[in-house]
Amino acid sequence: MNRTRPVNATRTSPPLAEAGAVPARRGLRLGRFRDLTLVPVIIVLLVAGSFVDPIFLTPGNLTNVLQQQSALALVVLAEALILIAGKFDLSLESTVGMAPAVGVMLVIPTAAGGFGLELPAVLAIPLCLLIGGLVGAFNGFLIMRFQLSAFIVTLAMMIVVHGLQLGLTQGKSLFELPESFLYLGSATWLGIPAAIWITGAFFAAGIIALGYFRAGRALYAIGGNADAARAAGIRVERVVWAVFVIGGVIAALAGVLETGRLGGISANQGVGWIFMAFAAAVIGGVSMDGGKGTILGALTGVLVIGLVENILTLKGVPGEWKQLVYGSIILVALMISRLAGGKAQD
Amino acid sequence: MKSKEKASAAGGVPAVEARDIVKRFGPTTALNGAGITIAEGETHALVGRNGAGKSTLVSILTGLQRPDEGEVRFAGEPAPPLADRDAWRRRVACVYQKSTIIPSLTVAENLFLNRQTERGAIRWRELRTRARDLLEQYGVAVDAEAMAGDLGVERRQLLEIARALSFGARFIILDEPTAQLDGPAIQRLFERMRALREQGVTMMFISHHLEEVYEICQSVSVFRDARHIVTAPVGELPHQRLVDAMTGEATAAYAYRSRTVPASAPVVLAARGLTLAGRYEGVDLEVRAGEVVGLAGSGSSGKVGLAETLVGLRRADSGTVSVGGAAVRPGDIPAALEAGLGFVPQDRHREGFVPLLSIAENATMPIARRLGRYGAVSPARRREHGARMIAELDIKTTGPDQPVGDLSGGNAQKVVLARALADDPKALVVINPTAGVDVKAKHALLGAVEDAAGRGAGAVLVSDELDDLRICDRVLVMFHGRIVRDVPRGWTDTELVAAMEGIENR
Repeated sequence: MNRTRPVNATRTSPPLAEAGAVPARRGLRLGRFRDLTLVPVIIVLLVAGSFVDPIFLTPGNLTNVLQQQSALALVVLAEALILIAGKFDLSLESTVGMAPAVGVMLVIPTAAGGFGLELPAVLAIPLCLLIGGLVGAFNGFLIMRFQLSAFIVTLAMMIVVHGLQLGLTQGKSLFELPESFLYLGSATWLGIPAAIWITGAFFAAGIIALGYFRAGRALYAIGGNADAARAAGIRVERVVWAVFVIGGVIAALAGVLETGRLGGISANQGVGWIFMAFAAAVIGGVSMDGGKGTILGALTGVLVIGLVENILTLKGVPGEWKQLVYGSIILVALMISRLAGGKAQD
Repeated sequence: MKSKEKASAAGGVPAVEARDIVKRFGPTTALNGAGITIAEGETHALVGRNGAGKSTLVSILTGLQRPDEGEVRFAGEPAPPLADRDAWRRRVACVYQKSTIIPSLTVAENLFLNRQTERGAIRWRELRTRARDLLEQYGVAVDAEAMAGDLGVERRQLLEIARALSFGARFIILDEPTAQLDGPAIQRLFERMRALREQGVTMMFISHHLEEVYEICQSVSVFRDARHIVTAPVGELPHQRLVDAMTGEATAAYAYRSRTVPASAPVVLAARGLTLAGRYEGVDLEVRAGEVVGLAGSGSSGKVGLAETLVGLRRADSGTVSVGGAAVRPGDIPAALEAGLGFVPQDRHREGFVPLLSIAENATMPIARRLGRYGAVSPARRREHGARMIAELDIKTTGPDQPVGDLSGGNAQKVVLARALADDPKALVVINPTAGVDVKAKHALLGAVEDAAGRGAGAVLVSDELDDLRICDRVLVMFHGRIVRDVPRGWTDTELVAAMEGIENR
């Protein structure tokens, strides 16, 4: 008879010193700055921009950049929350158009393109946010309860939601907006556009919630390892569902800001944004696999995109070439953040 | 320190009791009236072959699943409702087979996952301090601020143990904790377990390595086919009877074959002056046709790194590898396969198989070009080859079309070996083939390696199991990256272990 005997079972080895060795602290110190790897890119863009056009570095222009990007930034925030929780939402861009369109149609008269319900105008924004939340809730229902793939569900929902807007508006733009929309689009508080304040406040709330609150940390736990999160008592389904709802509401708010800024809702509002949103989130260090990245990082991603767009406009790059330059610069930004961050992108 | 308490409780209420548990998943019955009783303060082993119901019992004892019938009691009291996770965690802690450490979070946050703070904002500084205290309390020397993903397997496991115990549970389940550890790390784990027992902690220990059961446990329960078979103090259940209880029949011990390798046999696998910084240096090695050469050593000896270099998974800084007499371009796996090499990688889940593909497709991956012309693969020939492999290696399956992901560990490993053997290799490199597989599968796997040698292949077998190494004609012992001894057949455990620990060499 022979016995299975693990190696060195015959001799009790003393606990080796190496078992107690504390790993080097260098790596984690760097890790703390991982979400700021785009800062050098931003600095390069600021310097390059100032050479392109003297107007670039003026407060007026930079404020302009921020205002133009505030709606996209909110979509990036929503997408970042969902990505960190390990899911995916492509339908956000359609919500950006549909939620304000339907919200507005509920309050404006038939003559202006409304449903004829003519609900009180003050309800326009709350209704719009509610609609965004409902879209998110439906996504969450299909993904968490029905156990469908988030990619396919939200791809379909992107088409459905946009189709809903096209159908209801008959493809027309809406120009008669409630006062509240126009106010948010044009008001300045303390010399800075309201949209920037609102977006800034949401990002601040996101940074604090994800950095310092259990509910926010739960997103990282779920995205990192859902089974482990469940074992730790986190109600995974409920939290992810809530994230989809919050994402929908934030996307609807982005739609409100964009509508106010442009003074109307075109049939194409939000179309194509989702790719920018993904690009911004991912170059900002948010992982497509979930569990990694920060809201601050996502914000730096938006800033890079906004600055690039602004420089291209100032430089007078013809519209036909913008997309090419745009895409290339995102690739370069990715490579720089990869080199600065050191870790393989995922 | 609480041995008095332990003694007084010995005859009293058991710390944990599961009675007449029935659990069904669809048509399969995972537990059929099984139960377990664990006395306070003892370390109790739960053994059984893959699929015996051990994992299901763990999820029921930890409150992750509700039994269809039967009841669970902790210290005589009925178990809390399933929804009350905190109550469960105060009673039972568990280190699961699958890691529940989240790699993208810090050690500190992993320790206090979902309880970073009672209410309000998280105070990170305070959290780190609490984490450091906790780590110190359990003697785990890990930086609280490190990313958990940067830690090795052993430290992650210690983290899990510390976290599990920090809920105040006095009963801890360790589900195959030794499966991924090397010899010294296992010993360190056992020392920790002994220390916990001294403090009166009750443990349930699951392992495929029966020797570990005798080393660390006081009593053992055997499960087989969803039923409880026997419970006895380890002293009353000798090794052979334990194996018989697990398999349900009298299993013969593995019969090692004897071979003589003629000195004239050609060298099929050779390494010259292989060096890889930080892993191994100046390694020379020769394997003749029909010879099985073992590679032994501790986890830091570099044996796995060396074996991975032989097959091309790693590229050495200097030195050459030749298969069948011809040098192979370093780090070029296709070239190595072309030259007639087959290998079983260390981590079958990562490099061994594609879980969603069928047995036939996995097993024929390296020889797909021979199953059809112009890049086409004939499904019929693939199935035929798969069926032959299934018969040859005795793979328990519904047929060659079953995805490998559905197989048990031992059978999946057989598919990996089938892949290695698909091209009738001249040289075979096998790394830890018996990790996480049960007794019968182990015998089949070792037999298949010996069969290959019988057909004239030269094999390198890397293993942490002395028992596996017994099939080798000679064992090369590595220590700190160098081959320090060449031990011929007929060694004793003590001799080989001493060599691995570097006792007589330094």
